[in-house]
Amino acid sequence: MRDRESLTLGAVAYDAKVVTIWEGFKAWFAERDLRFDFVLYSNYERLVEGHLEGEVDVAWNSPLAWIESERAAARAGRRARAVAMRDSDRELTSVILVRGDSPIESLAALAGKAVAVGAADSPQATLIPLLLLAEAGLDPANDLRVVRHDLLVGKHGDHVGGERLAARALVAGRVEAACLLDANLLAFAREGTLPTGSTRVLATTPPFDHCNLTVFDDAPPKDLDRFLTLLLGMSYDDPVARPLLDLEGLKRWLPGRVEGYSQLNRAVDRFATLDAWLAQVSR
Amino acid sequence: MTDPGGHGPAPRVDLGGLGLDRGGHLLLKRALRLLPAGGRLEVSGASPDLTTHLRGWCRSQGHRLDLAAPSVAGAAGDAVVASITRGPAGTGRWRGAEPAGASDPALPGAVAEHPSPRWGLAARGARVEPGGPEFAFPLDRKEVVWAEEAAALYAQAAAAQWDPARAIDWSAAITHPDDVEEAVVQVMTYLIENEMAALVIPAAFLARIHPHFREVVQLLAIQAADEARHVEVFTRRALLRRGELGLSTAGGQASLKTLLDEPDFALASFLLSVLGEGSFLSLLRFLDANAPDPVTRQVARLAAQDEARHVAFGLAHLERHAAADPGLRGRLAAAVTRRHDALRQTAGLNEEVFDALVVLAAGSWEPAALAAGFDRVVGLQHDMDTGRRRRLERLGFAPPDAEALSALHTRNFM
Repeated sequence: MRDRESLTLGAVAYDAKVVTIWEGFKAWFAERDLRFDFVLYSNYERLVEGHLEGEVDVAWNSPLAWIESERAAARAGRRARAVAMRDSDRELTSVILVRGDSPIESLAALAGKAVAVGAADSPQATLIPLLLLAEAGLDPANDLRVVRHDLLVGKHGDHVGGERLAARALVAGRVEAACLLDANLLAFAREGTLPTGSTRVLATTPPFDHCNLTVFDDAPPKDLDRFLTLLLGMSYDDPVARPLLDLEGLKRWLPGRVEGYSQLNRAVDRFATLDAWLAQVSR
Repeated sequence: MTDPGGHGPAPRVDLGGLGLDRGGHLLLKRALRLLPAGGRLEVSGASPDLTTHLRGWCRSQGHRLDLAAPSVAGAAGDAVVASITRGPAGTGRWRGAEPAGASDPALPGAVAEHPSPRWGLAARGARVEPGGPEFAFPLDRKEVVWAEEAAALYAQAAAAQWDPARAIDWSAAITHPDDVEEAVVQVMTYLIENEMAALVIPAAFLARIHPHFREVVQLLAIQAADEARHVEVFTRRALLRRGELGLSTAGGQASLKTLLDEPDFALASFLLSVLGEGSFLSLLRFLDANAPDPVTRQVARLAAQDEARHVAFGLAHLERHAAADPGLRGRLAAAVTRRHDALRQTAGLNEEVFDALVVLAAGSWEPAALAAGFDRVVGLQHDMDTGRRRRLERLGFAPPDAEALSALHTRNFM
């Protein structure tokens, strides 16, 4: 049963560690006299819908879930705000890889070729790289053979498995190019998925931002202020906070900002990614 | 690497053709470690995907990355591709880290009186990051477990490990009659269950000792391994001529169970190592001197060498413990009395073992030989008593107390 006195955060359980993370945050906040609780959802659409329904006060949103929140709220005459994000959520890029010995030297040369992407709803491994290709004149629906790796759809690519499958498809020669997040190029090299020299970066997207903590304008202001003050004050020097920050993949929390979502907004418009969902939510 | 604040030229790392996918991050880390938070490092290199690597890596490490205009030439000829501004996080991890004593136990303060539960499994002498989990090692007081001799005894034990396959001549002739062999097998059967107790007890305690007391944990581990070998050789000797083992008695097992049931490390070591294995030392030497065949003599001799170390460690740490805790002797004495009372209803050394020792020492069933064997077993019990009293006196018991306590020791020897 919901404790109405607690500030409640909603998050998506894309991995078992999510329980450890938010239980840890809950204890950390409790020691600082903030009553905090969390609810886990199996996918981002349910999280955003629950947030709109008032099941939670703050949502830990993927970039696509942020756009869903922003657009659904606007349709209802409400306003969404991005109040915080990780330092590691800023200025990501995605890359389009080809094999090291590929004759392909330009995006245009990908016309008619098979391009591996991640899950359909992954901003970093599907939507943003496909936007880069589309804006370069290659319509994904007609000019490319897009090979999706739909692992855990609904989790917006948080699970790295879809990208790994795309990378493997490239190395195995089943596709001519693969799209993935810049950091995963390094991660996949280290784990052996992408042997050194086996691939090269054909193109890099402009920087974009990733997750944020989202509130609607009816969030309880006093608790929210306290939550944000504590959150932004979390220090990597604090040995109790450090394992939580390590698990969540950040060194410090930063204020939210929304200018890093312009590519994803364009992609969502161009590919009509959210039209059906928005129509259903707005009914 | 001077003037890292950004007023002069920033230090530079040239990665050459090395990418961050093959270890380039090591050079970056080493250079950044010398800079304060906010310090700037220039990076040059020619690895094809270097900027992509740098983006992902800097973000994960909390450093700021500024990509350079592509035309600047680096010192080694490769282009300066980026500058990294060191983030504040790296310094935080080791703030408040504490050294877990020192590796060399001879250094002052090397072995803590009460090591922190947060040092956990860390090597003694390592620097331990704060925020780690607390480990529940209940035996975490130096006065309870430590002995200065532990390292030397461990080294001795490691050097003295013997291979049962090669150290014993298993093909040596056994010429005594079957009815003497039966006695040998009965003694071996008795030894096996006693050695199994001597294996299980230190093994159970060693997992409860704080790993800070490394030498003690190592010594108990090798002690358990010694006993594993003894179980092996006694079993192998027992089966050398016959396909089956002898008898295991309820009284013998009841006596051993009181050892396993003792939860206190000091009391258990006292009962097992000082009194039990001490008595066994006499028994094994007796077998070495009196067994009718060379194989039995060899296995007893090799086992006795190991047991002598076990007794030495038990005595050493209890001596130290008794010096620090004057109440310990009273508790040790009470433990002997308690065990005696618990075993009052049992028969003590089983007849089968006593009789088997007589036949073994006699080497035949001739009346005169049996009489001689009987005398030797009586002599053995006297030796055991003398040894126990000597060890009790070493632990600070007055001779009359030592005599009384030795008399209360289990008649089952171990």
